[in-house]
Parts: sequence; C-alpha cells; structure tokens
Amino acid sequence: MQENLDQIFVLLQHRLMGTLPMALQPLAGVVLGVVAIVCIFPALFALTTVFERKGLARIQNRIGPNRVGPFGLMQPIADGIKSLTKEDIVPLSADAAVHFLAPVVLVVTVFMGFAVLPMGRNMVLVDMDAGLLFYFAMGASTELAVFMAGWSSRNKYSLMGAMRAVAQMISYEVVLLLSSVTVVMIAGSLSLTKIVEAQNHYSWGLPHWFIFTPWGCAGFVMYAIAATAETNRSPFDLPEGESELVAGYHTEYSGFKFALFFLGEYLAMFSISGLGTTLFLGGWSAPLASLSWVPSWIWFFSKLMMSIFVFIWMRGTLPRLRQDQLMNFAWKFILPMCLLNLMVAGLWRFLGDGWLRWVLCSAILVAAYMGMGLNELRRKHIGPRRYRYAE
Amino acid sequence: MLGEGILKGMAETAKNFVGSFFSAQRLTTVQYPEQRIAAYEAARVFPFLVYDTENRDGGWPEWEAGLRCVACQICEKECPPKCIFIEKSKDKKLDANGKAQFYPARFDIDISVCMSCQICVEVCPFEAIKMDTQFELSTEDRFGGLLLDCKQLAKPNEYYHQIHPSDAAEVDGRLAEGRAKADAKVTAGALAAAQKKAAEPPTGAGN
Repeated sequence: MQENLDQIFVLLQHRLMGTLPMALQPLAGVVLGVVAIVCIFPALFALTTVFERKGLARIQNRIGPNRVGPFGLMQPIADGIKSLTKEDIVPLSADAAVHFLAPVVLVVTVFMGFAVLPMGRNMVLVDMDAGLLFYFAMGASTELAVFMAGWSSRNKYSLMGAMRAVAQMISYEVVLLLSSVTVVMIAGSLSLTKIVEAQNHYSWGLPHWFIFTPWGCAGFVMYAIAATAETNRSPFDLPEGESELVAGYHTEYSGFKFALFFLGEYLAMFSISGLGTTLFLGGWSAPLASLSWVPSWIWFFSKLMMSIFVFIWMRGTLPRLRQDQLMNFAWKFILPMCLLNLMVAGLWRFLGDGWLRWVLCSAILVAAYMGMGLNELRRKHIGPRRYRYAE
Repeated sequence: MLGEGILKGMAETAKNFVGSFFSAQRLTTVQYPEQRIAAYEAARVFPFLVYDTENRDGGWPEWEAGLRCVACQICEKECPPKCIFIEKSKDKKLDANGKAQFYPARFDIDISVCMSCQICVEVCPFEAIKMDTQFELSTEDRFGGLLLDCKQLAKPNEYYHQIHPSDAAEVDGRLAEGRAKADAKVTAGALAAAQKKAAEPPTGAGN
C-alpha cells in the first residue's frame, strides 16, 4: 500500500500508457510527464501568489487578500481573468517579433529545467547523466529572454532593467555553479538522481544530507543567496525595482504577456528551489529514517514549499541592494568563499572518515567567514550618514 | 559579525508573522464595509442645512417650515470654491422667533466642488448650515447625483445632536438665549405700547 502510494503517479502513468499501442508508448509517457509538470507547477504558482501576498501582509501586520472566495483563495483566478481580458499593447517602435518571443522563450526555458528534477522516487521526466549541466544550460538561457524583452521594448527603463538583470544573473550564475560543483565533487556524478541517492541513507536515524556537512552548509547558504539573485527576488530585485525603473525589463508588457513573465519568475523560483532541495536537502528523501513511509513526492514538495516560504520571508524583511553593493557582494565576498569551499570539499573528500575532517573543514570555513566579515565591517563606516551639501 | 543584522531582521519579521495570528493588538485592520469605527465628534465631510422640528409655520412641509436658513447668501459669497447656489424667495415665512423672513427658494451644494473647509459654517449668523459626517456619497451620476438640493440637504436638529452632541447643545443654548431676548423685546414692546396707550388721555372721549 505504502509502496503504491509512493509510486502512485508512476503507476498512473504506466496504466495510461498501457491503453495505447506499443509503438506509441514511449511518446505517450513523455507527453504525460510534460502535461503533469505543465499543470502542477502553474497551479502551485497560482497558490503561491496568494500565499505570498498573505504572508507579506502578516509580516507587515495586515490581513492580506481575503475577499475573493474563502480566505481569498480564488484571488489567482480573478487575477488570471483580469490579465487575460486586458489589452495587449505593443509599443509602436518596438521590435514586435522579439517582443512577442521574449516571454515565450522565458517560460519555455524555465519549464525545460523541470525535466531533470527528480520529484520523487522514479519520478523524473528525463534521467539525464549530465542533468545538472542541462539544468544550468537552461537556467542560463533565461537571461537571453530577459535581454530580448528589454531590448525589443525600446524603452530606457526596460533596457536599463534588462542590463541590470543580465549583469546580475551572469555574476551570480558563477556563484550558483561553483557552489553546486562541491556537491558534484562529493557525489561523483552530474546526474541529479544519483546525487539524491548519495544522500538517501541514514545513520542513527538521521539523514546524510549534504547540508549537514561543513562544506554543504556553506555551499547551501551561498547557493540560496545566488538563487535569490538568479530569480531576481528581493533583496536582489534591482532589475525590476518598481521605485526606480517602473518595472524593469517588463515595463512595456501588459496583459497576458506580463502574466507570462510573472509566471516565469515564479517557475524559476520553484525550479531553483527544487534544484537546491535536490543538491543539498536530500531531494525526495525523508528527514528521519522513521519517516520513510511517507511518500517521497510529499517530501520533495514540502521542502520546495519551505524554500518558497524562506524566499517570501526574505522579501518581507530585507531592503533592496544598490547595484555596486550587489556586484561587490558577488565578486568580492561570495566568489572567494565559493572557491575556498571547493578546496574544503576536496579536503573533506581526501581526509577520509573520522572527526578530523569535521573539525578542520568547519574551522577553515568559519575562520574565513569571520575574517572576511571583520575586514568588510572594519572598512565600512556604519552610523548616521553625513552629506556635505546638506550641512 | 557579518550577517547578524539580517538574522535580527528575520527574527523581527517572524515575530510579526506569528504575532499577527495571535495578538489582536498587532492586527489593527478594520475591515471596512462590515466593521466600522464610530466617527469622531469633530469629523466633517460636507455641509447640510439644519431645520427645527418645532415652531413650524403651517402650510409648509416639515423640513421647509423649520429651516433656519434665511437666504442671506453670506455663505454663497464666502465659499472659496463657489459650490453653493442660493435663490432668495419672493415671499416670506415665519422663522423660529415668529419673525417673517425670506427663505431659500433654491439652495444647491455641488459636493464634487466642495472642499469641506467649513467656512460656510463659520460665517452663518443663523446656525443654519453645519457639517455632516456622512461620507458614503458615491453615485452613478457624477453630475446630477453630486448636486444636492435643498430637500436633500435639510436634516433635523435631532440629527445634528446625534452627530455633534456638544456643538449642538451649545448652539441650542445660544438660539434659546436669542429667542428669549426676542420674546422679551416683544413683551417689552407690547407693555410699552400698553402703557403709552394708558398714559395718553382719551382723545375722543370729550367729543
């Protein structure tokens, strides 16, 4: 029974495939998987928009949307109808073809990333040997869509937003990759299913997730920061900073094309959280050996939603960074830490089992963090600002 | 330590998030159409015309009979955005003091123009125009619907007592004083006339 519940979606897929002739079955299997992904994640997106608004409201001691349907849960439907019925405006001087293609390319590339994510035991659309590489290739092409949107709109705010976005995404892409490479070093594979398998065993009932190792913990923190920047979420939402750039690269988009950008942003958030879960939080494996009876896909999605909650929490807390702070942070702080973490992961791999590697690796990382932190803080003047022209 | 501020901030927002579910003090939102806060006594929105329910001149509808306004047109002249339009009557009717006065044949206030400055209230010598607290005045007709006529503006003194109790009591006191003075004058005049009549020697008696 438990086994069946765990594999319910896989069994369902096989049952449906069985109704078709043999020759069509592989194709049907892929189509079913794609349809499932294309249905589930936008539905999750709809729910997340309303929960995000409610969560942010609670953080600011407000109630949040509660008018449409019970507890405001029908709000996304109302929003969807609104954006579908809105006029689709294309600026006269815009490059119409590219302007149309940009949101499509964004959503398609983001969806492609889901193909290699293992969402449960045996639940992966394409079990690629180089899954991680494929994921990053797809993730990097979203930058193209963003720049297409900014360039084709022929608007200074769009272009500025797009340039900021591209600069930011390329900078943080490096960090994202380098922090993930540590996992590849230890797991010895680029395949995401193999990476989950490497974490899916327990000692004394506790899991061997990579986040519970010194290099994994540091890597996860850096991955989370880079993921936030990569998906243009607050506090790294400079590309679409409403207060300075109207809406950044999607200033000239309205109606359903705008909704597609919105969808793309949230889907990117889901997929990057899913990848983080897979790399560091043990993917679909249970947090305790005694909880392994719960279906694996429940664990994957609950970890995913936890990450989304942290994204929302950070958005409710942190103010937006300045462009130079953003760049300095990426290149001068996180990147050196990432490189150091690579060394530490190597050290961890070659020190073998025992307490020595725990102490040594933790000490190196903590010392580096404290040292760099002290150095940063010493040079920075913290306190009330004085402006010469205002005196 | 680096990153300490972020953690502090996250703790603060977490406190807000959890606290808003449990503490009514944190969640101060009033969900307007269902929940309402009683208006403050000094609240003011748009002017209305006060009428007295007693002392009415017969033959008039209640609201028109007790209307304190005598169409002196001071408010019309003083109104900064010029949102008041008054037409003075040709005939007269008895006011609360029993004196024959003009009355407004037309009294319109365009509340789309009114800026709620209360100058009309300050300049009115007859305590006839006061500020209302009614604010849900949206209408489908933005021209006719926002141009209030005399009948729509007229509201009883009891209503004034209800929305601004202390102001209304003060005004009533002042009006009662004026009425007493007027009555005294009338009685004094009558008395003087009677005395004069008594003191005068009867002229036609000898004839």
